[in-house]
Amino acid sequence: MTSVDELMDYAEVVERYDPVLGLEVHVELHTNTKMFCGCANLFGGEPNTHVCPTCLGLPGALPVVNGKAVESAIRIGLALNCEIAEWCRFARKNYFYPDMPKNFQTSQYDEPIAFNGWLDVALDDGTVVRVEIERAHMEEDTGKSLHVGGATGRIHGAEHSLLDYNRAGVPLIEIVTKPITGTGERAPEVARAYVTALRDLLKALDVSDVRMDQGSLRCDANVSLMPKGTTEFGTRTETKNVNSLRSVERAVRFEMTRQAAVLAGGGKITQETRHFDESTGSTSSGRTKETAEDYRYFPEPDLVPVAPSREWVEQLRGTLPELPWERRKRIQQEWNLTDAELRDLVNAGAVDLVAATVEAGATPAEARSWWVAYLTKEANNRGVELAELAITPAQIARVVALVNSGELTNKLAREVVAGVLAGEGEPEAVIEARGLKVVSDDSALEAAVDEALAAQPDVAAKIRDGKVAAAGAIVGAVMKATKGQADAKRVRELVIARCS
Amino acid sequence: MPSISRDEVAHLARLARLAVTDDELDLFAGQLDVILQSVATVGDIATADIPPTSHAVPLTNVFREDAVRPSLGQQQALAGAPAAEDGRFRVPRILGEEA
Repeated sequence: MTSVDELMDYAEVVERYDPVLGLEVHVELHTNTKMFCGCANLFGGEPNTHVCPTCLGLPGALPVVNGKAVESAIRIGLALNCEIAEWCRFARKNYFYPDMPKNFQTSQYDEPIAFNGWLDVALDDGTVVRVEIERAHMEEDTGKSLHVGGATGRIHGAEHSLLDYNRAGVPLIEIVTKPITGTGERAPEVARAYVTALRDLLKALDVSDVRMDQGSLRCDANVSLMPKGTTEFGTRTETKNVNSLRSVERAVRFEMTRQAAVLAGGGKITQETRHFDESTGSTSSGRTKETAEDYRYFPEPDLVPVAPSREWVEQLRGTLPELPWERRKRIQQEWNLTDAELRDLVNAGAVDLVAATVEAGATPAEARSWWVAYLTKEANNRGVELAELAITPAQIARVVALVNSGELTNKLAREVVAGVLAGEGEPEAVIEARGLKVVSDDSALEAAVDEALAAQPDVAAKIRDGKVAAAGAIVGAVMKATKGQADAKRVRELVIARCS
Repeated sequence: MPSISRDEVAHLARLARLAVTDDELDLFAGQLDVILQSVATVGDIATADIPPTSHAVPLTNVFREDAVRPSLGQQQALAGAPAAEDGRFRVPRILGEEA
């Protein structure tokens, strides 16, 4: 039913048009309970088991605000350098959709709790872009629909839908940027970097699980184009269902190439919601966007205003943890990293893992060499995030310790790690099962050395004549004979000792 | 000349999912106009030193502890549903009018 969109070559797009981005991120707070009732805030669970009259919108049920959620909203606002409202209220956003049983969403409209902030975002090459934050406001999540019938499980073609309201009423903070302009060809990268930075920030604040795959962090990308040299924003589209960091970048890029083709062909952009398709990397038209007035917002009469005292706000400011960028700066100094080394560490998503490995006893250099150099490659090969690899910082630290004590060579250590990644258990179990201990018994090594010397008498003679460099051939033979399980340095010492 | 038009009433009725006949549109436009004009007299009294009021009670910051309270069971939750399937509320196809 969807026709194939014509796309403009990306190089031409950025030559002819300037993109304008607006990013709306919804983050589910991981409070114990929902925003306006005491139902458990849990992902999954049997359908409709975490529901009550309030979140089901039954007549007469009254909401009460979750204080912890307000606290989290203020902390997020402060971390985003926002002003915190001295007074704000909730509002009803009225619309009919089965995922919202009350027929309105309790949100904030003209009075968000936090506004006018910014977040500095680092791109892969270290360029820093300041993204201005328009507002962060409190609201509630909707229920989950399951569309039945129709081939794709998508809403189009479905015969009926099934609703689970466990998620309805879960505390949600919506964070909205001001229009992001002037990023040109890097717009898609900026979008991804912003969501990444926001995710890291929210994680450090410990206010959300920030799992894009589970929907606890969701991004809607508004994209428009304006012809180069003009300053009036074009009509925008809003792409939803962007469920990974990579998708954020792809969705923005796709919309840029699609809109450019429409505009260049003399067409007009329809202001609409579009749906991102992970498998094709394209967007397709959803519902036409209702205008703001159609939601008929009005102040929520059942909830009194929120007026955070300045003392409370300052007290919450005091609870802010070391924020990701502060931490990176500290780590760079403590570990004595160059800008490039720090960037590699950050881009690999390895900061926390390396820090935890250092905490477990490895040096920063050892920990980095494992996570950034070796395990990043393993993660890429498997198509997973570094943190998803089946190995822990503590296990890496133990392997490092075994190398340092001479019980493993670097080569054997990599085999041990491979075994752990393959699910063969703890490092010690892998060493046992695969027989990976270094041959440190000198008498066993001496026998192997003698054998190698006997097999290559000409080399042995050279070494005896003082040509120590020739020892390499014997060491190589011994390593081969011991299947790499000997310490090459010790073997070399033994070879020279035998020949002197 | 009413300050709320027939078209606006029709638009609001559609948003509220109310079936309103042509005759009712005229009737309601007139009635709503009277209501709006009556309420608008508040504007004659309000001056710059009186802040707009959205809440009648002088309360702020009424919060709840973040402690879980018992929910309804699935069966009880679905008890009033016109239709249910697999523990979920069953509703007619959603995009009917837009698709």
